Amino acid sequence: MGFFQTGLGTAVLLLAQSLLIVAFVMISLLFLVYGDRKIWAAVQMRRGPNVVGPFGLLQSVADALKYVVKEIVVPAGVDRPVFFLAPLLSFVLAILAWAVVPFSPGWVLADINVAILFVFAASSLEVYGVIMGGWASNSKYAFLGSLRSAAQMISYEVSMGLIIIGIIISTGSLSFGAIVEAQKTGYGLLGWYWLPHLPMVVMFFISALAETNRPPFDLPEAESELVAGFMVEYSSTPYLLFMAGEYIAIFLMCALISLLFFGGWLSPIPGLPDGVLWMVAKMWVWFFMFAMVKAIVPRYRYDQLMRIGWKVFLPLSLAWVVIVAFLAKYEILGHFWARYAMGG
Amino acid sequence: MTVAALAFYAFSIVTVAAALMVTLSRNPVHSVLWLILTFLSSAGLFVLLGAEFVAMLLIIVYVGAVAVLFLFVVMMLDVDFEELKGQMVKYMPLGLLVGVVILMQLALGIGAWTSADGAMGLHQAPTPDVAQVENTRALGMLIYDKYLYLFQLSGLILLVAMIGAIVLTLRHRRDIKRQNVLHQMWRDPAKALEMIDVKPGQGL
Repeated sequence: MGFFQTGLGTAVLLLAQSLLIVAFVMISLLFLVYGDRKIWAAVQMRRGPNVVGPFGLLQSVADALKYVVKEIVVPAGVDRPVFFLAPLLSFVLAILAWAVVPFSPGWVLADINVAILFVFAASSLEVYGVIMGGWASNSKYAFLGSLRSAAQMISYEVSMGLIIIGIIISTGSLSFGAIVEAQKTGYGLLGWYWLPHLPMVVMFFISALAETNRPPFDLPEAESELVAGFMVEYSSTPYLLFMAGEYIAIFLMCALISLLFFGGWLSPIPGLPDGVLWMVAKMWVWFFMFAMVKAIVPRYRYDQLMRIGWKVFLPLSLAWVVIVAFLAKYEILGHFWARYAMGG
Repeated sequence: MTVAALAFYAFSIVTVAAALMVTLSRNPVHSVLWLILTFLSSAGLFVLLGAEFVAMLLIIVYVGAVAVLFLFVVMMLDVDFEELKGQMVKYMPLGLLVGVVILMQLALGIGAWTSADGAMGLHQAPTPDVAQVENTRALGMLIYDKYLYLFQLSGLILLVAMIGAIVLTLRHRRDIKRQNVLHQMWRDPAKALEMIDVKPGQGL
């Protein structure tokens, strides 16, 4: 143990832990893309990827390899530094937020006490990858896509932040550990936050769809109007980075929903042991929901999207903050909303 | 040098250099991007001071929302910035004057902050013992308990400013067609659509 207390040992330990998280995220990414395509295919009664490896499991690996070895096409008139910075930024920021996401008690790279704000900050920065990419491409479609994305992501961030405030009021802390512990009531599934914060779960999920530019809100890259939106001029590895960043951000949203509303690593049935497997299983279930929405729901019109964001979600989530503050302060129904009062 | 000192110098140098680039870069969009880097590295400085809540708010509010709007506007503006840059010498004295005034105001503020009566007590109110009270909670106690009325008053002023801006810019144009969303949503397909069985060769 002596070595890991020294400065060098701590640095080595941190590096190893960071690499472990990046490895987890990257391996998940490969199978997320595969799973997404398989679910999408199953809904449309196709077979999906089924050639590379058993059941097509290695399709994502082959795709990634193909992207990496292809030639990078740089159109004339692009702003080169910004053009290449944008995909890097969107990829790095997507991975950055995982530093504070806990998988089990103590299984977290950086246990900071404003963890939830850190995740929120990192995901609000992701819009820059899109804007910079769209602007630097020097193309009308890409520029329109990035403008749409900027407006869309800012709009839905507001209601997401307000929903998170409701959770924070209930817990009385900004740390993920405390938020999950506050959901440990002994009733298993029924003790989690999805029940007291029921209307907000749905709104958070829809906001997460819009925040990550996922169908039915994938208007920044709507192929029927904008070809591929902000990504239209990108090819090869920069495109791969954009796409990987997008999927990692989606997976992060799955982790966020599991932690905030579905008890993170807590077991749904009282008596069964808690653990990291529950956390990963919940993330996968939520990713299944993301994939199903992509397969089932048709794309929204842009004005409908903005209307829902500002005229429906924002007032509802704002009202919910006031209601939860009232319910928690006066401890209506005991500790149903006021989890901070029981030492959570 | 400790890790904290190294980080401090790294963040400070990046902040100052990026701030310089905001004014020096030729492309206005690059200026905004450098401004974002300035915000981010000053958020790093806040973290080093132990004010992690302020740091995260700086990123979420300024970088995540305000700077996006800056970028949004600057990207859409059709202004010849090269021409504006050419007039830099003309406006230099005025700019320097404004800079000196701001510097003096900062010096006054910090001077009052250190030499006023009971300054030590005021210093410690937002930064109590970290082991007992978190920085976030201490800030909340100050803003929402001790200075509640002042805080709400500043909120009201902002609200009035916002309403004023909307009143000044909002105009109802009557010569354009608008869509009524509720009207669209409640539209009954049975009333809008009529099924007609057309006989072949006869037409309607």
